[in-house]
Amino acid sequence: EVDLEERLCELDLRSDSDIPDVPPPTDSTPEILKRALSGLSARWKNWWIRGILTLAMISGFFLIIYLGSFMLMLLVLSIQVKCYHEIITIGYRVYHSYDLPWFRSLSWYFLLCVNYFFYGETVADYFATFVQRREQLQFLIRYHRFISFALYLTGFCMFVLSLVKKHYRLQFYMFAWTHVTLLITVTQSHLVIQNLFEGMIWFLVPISSVICNDITAYIFGFFFGRTPLIKLSPKKTWEGFIGGFFSTVVFGFIFSYFLAQHQYFVCPVEYNSETNRFVTECEPSELFQMKKYSVPPVLQAVLGWETVNMYPFQMHSFALSTFASLIGPFGGFFASGFKRAFKIKDFADTIPGHGGIMDRFDCQYLMATFVHVYITSFIRGPNPSKLLKQLLILQPEQQLSVYKTLKSHLVEKGILQPSLRG
Amino acid sequence: LQESESENKLDGETASDSESKSDFGGSSPVLTSDDTPEVLNRALSNLSSRWKNWWVRGILTLAMITFFFIIIYLGPMVLMTIVMCVQIKCFHEIITIGYNVYHSYDLPWFRTLSWYFLLCVNYFFYGETVTDYFFTLVQREEPLRILSKYHRFISFALYLTGFCMFVLSLVKKHYRLQFYMFGWTHVTLLIVVTQSHLIIHNLFEGMIWFIVPISCVICNDIMAYMFGFFFGRTPLIKLSPKKTWEGFIGGFFSTVLFGLLLSYVMSGYRCFTCPVEFNSDTNSFTVDCEPSELFQLQEYNIPVVLQSVVGWKTVRMYPFQIHSIALSTFASLIGPFGGFFASGFKRAFKIKDFANTIPGHGGIMDRFDCQYLMATFVNVYIASFIRGPNPSKLIQQFLTLRPDQQLHIFNTLKAHLVDRGILGSLEDA
Repeated sequence: EVDLEERLCELDLRSDSDIPDVPPPTDSTPEILKRALSGLSARWKNWWIRGILTLAMISGFFLIIYLGSFMLMLLVLSIQVKCYHEIITIGYRVYHSYDLPWFRSLSWYFLLCVNYFFYGETVADYFATFVQRREQLQFLIRYHRFISFALYLTGFCMFVLSLVKKHYRLQFYMFAWTHVTLLITVTQSHLVIQNLFEGMIWFLVPISSVICNDITAYIFGFFFGRTPLIKLSPKKTWEGFIGGFFSTVVFGFIFSYFLAQHQYFVCPVEYNSETNRFVTECEPSELFQMKKYSVPPVLQAVLGWETVNMYPFQMHSFALSTFASLIGPFGGFFASGFKRAFKIKDFADTIPGHGGIMDRFDCQYLMATFVHVYITSFIRGPNPSKLLKQLLILQPEQQLSVYKTLKSHLVEKGILQPSLRG
Repeated sequence: LQESESENKLDGETASDSESKSDFGGSSPVLTSDDTPEVLNRALSNLSSRWKNWWVRGILTLAMITFFFIIIYLGPMVLMTIVMCVQIKCFHEIITIGYNVYHSYDLPWFRTLSWYFLLCVNYFFYGETVTDYFFTLVQREEPLRILSKYHRFISFALYLTGFCMFVLSLVKKHYRLQFYMFGWTHVTLLIVVTQSHLIIHNLFEGMIWFIVPISCVICNDIMAYMFGFFFGRTPLIKLSPKKTWEGFIGGFFSTVLFGLLLSYVMSGYRCFTCPVEFNSDTNSFTVDCEPSELFQLQEYNIPVVLQSVVGWKTVRMYPFQIHSIALSTFASLIGPFGGFFASGFKRAFKIKDFANTIPGHGGIMDRFDCQYLMATFVNVYIASFIRGPNPSKLIQQFLTLRPDQQLHIFNTLKAHLVDRGILGSLEDA
């Protein structure tokens, strides 16, 4: 009897060239586009399709921004679910494990658990006032970690109970595949949402920088490309890389200048429990107030100005665009390597001419984490409302001692006048 | 001798069933070698192989338990170091299995990268914990202060370096292998490193939160084995054919009882119940405090049902003992799933033991597979039901806010305290 696992062991150990390709995704270009472009040669047709779809995606993006934070959150969630689905489907195809008992349900169940955990952690902070009013939500929030853990454990035990004699290795592979995918897609999407709550500008500028770098690197490579960059992606060139870097920095600079002027983009998103809506209204922080900077003497001669009026945020945008151009592409190389390893052309066929959602988001992969780490390290301190919530659940004696410490600190700093009452 | 040794190991606790016994000789690339010290070999040479196996396992079990007690006696710092060493050894064992499975030992860079990622993740986690518990020490030393302020950024930069090195190390014919090892490394880190850090968190909460869970799992292991040995009849799960329902249930009740007794004994001593703190004046760990109400004897009314059985109306217990029931229940009912997971893993990759570190028992991972879920459970349990957030950490976060935010929080807290009557409306603090 031929053990399926034996065959797969052999499969794993064969060199890459022996492994048969995963069947290529079907062409899903809409009929209407096909007819309109039937006259052109294949290369131009491809160009036009990609171009039209790029414009369609960018317009869709602007529309969602206009519709507001809540729609953006939903969009991020849908993208996350679709990316997860794409990667898991690749796993099924690689391991021929589509019919494995329970496994599809378990993958979706784990996705649900991890999302529940993360949304519970963020929702509790931002919707604090909303949550305080409802008893059942209070209970869910207070024991949130325990409930999430119990849900995860249930999935874990179901996995153990579902282990079937001849399929152990396959099942463990899919289990690990699921977890790594969750680690990649779900954590990134939650960091994106956290950045969004910090202010839409922290969401828009990084994503646009990555897209800009993609497009300008492609254009520079198309016109000036000569020296290949990395064996993994033979179409990338050093000229494209460097040209893309400089264009992205300039783009980020200019784009932040425009966005920093509008409260809608700059203010942290808050949930107003009276109107039950998200509001972005505040006193812009000092990051978004114009300041005079002295131009370094080196550039003075070039530009002819001695000082320049800039937003401090534009300095930060340097850091963001630099990361997007220099390190972001590594996310793209990682995805290329992944596609080579598993012999697939695209992650899926969702977007005609572009491939799957993951193909569009592979460079964004590291950007969201970087922005989040950047914000927590250099921009804001801890979240005040979260801190307050934690203070309020301390024991009374602890609250009193904390109160005394805080009071002495504030008096010492002169923030609180000792003679004032109430 | 080699062949009889491997047969003995098949009879032992981690025995596989007949299925993998048949293909054990053929396809498995890993055969554990005999690691028993010469001394033991000679002393036991007269006994039959089955009893010899028993004796080896028994002696090693006692040795490990004694070692455990010594470490506890030596204090928190040594415990932390031991946890760290166990973590590194487990990581090494699982990664080595990955190399053996994929014949990827010679893959360029990969050994270096695995250890590098282990270092990064440990740096990140230790940085997060150390900053909280060693707060005063960190604030005093300038370099440490900078490291802790930008901790997340530094950790992320270190991780990114590793990530970029991985991408640059991708070699044409080995893409799939390299991605597999990358995935394997990350899953192993997720399992091993997070668990060990949760254990250290539990330890800082009080040594009792470290000792009672681990002892319950060990007790359940031993008790389930004994009950199964004497009364075992109905198999529990196809994955581990030696486990029986009788062993499972007997182990459950014994573990609950054991947990109650052990907690009773330990709750009386401050060195076990007090949170571990770092005294920056003496530069050492101290466990000295006023025992919290969890560790103060209270009268409980016995439910009417048990009154007739036990004969008492009330009983004096520590509240902690009630919690120990939850801990032992988890150790007996869900802990074994960690063991089944590890058995399934070993079946899947056709290995007998994770490694051959401990004679008669296998590798470190073999001993710790049931502990896997326990540490997370205890940590979640403590965070949900026992303690609230750490006040000194909150103060530390407060000090990094802007003045207007500080004022806002202060006023809200004050209003809350006045509301609850904790603070009199007279401004007299």
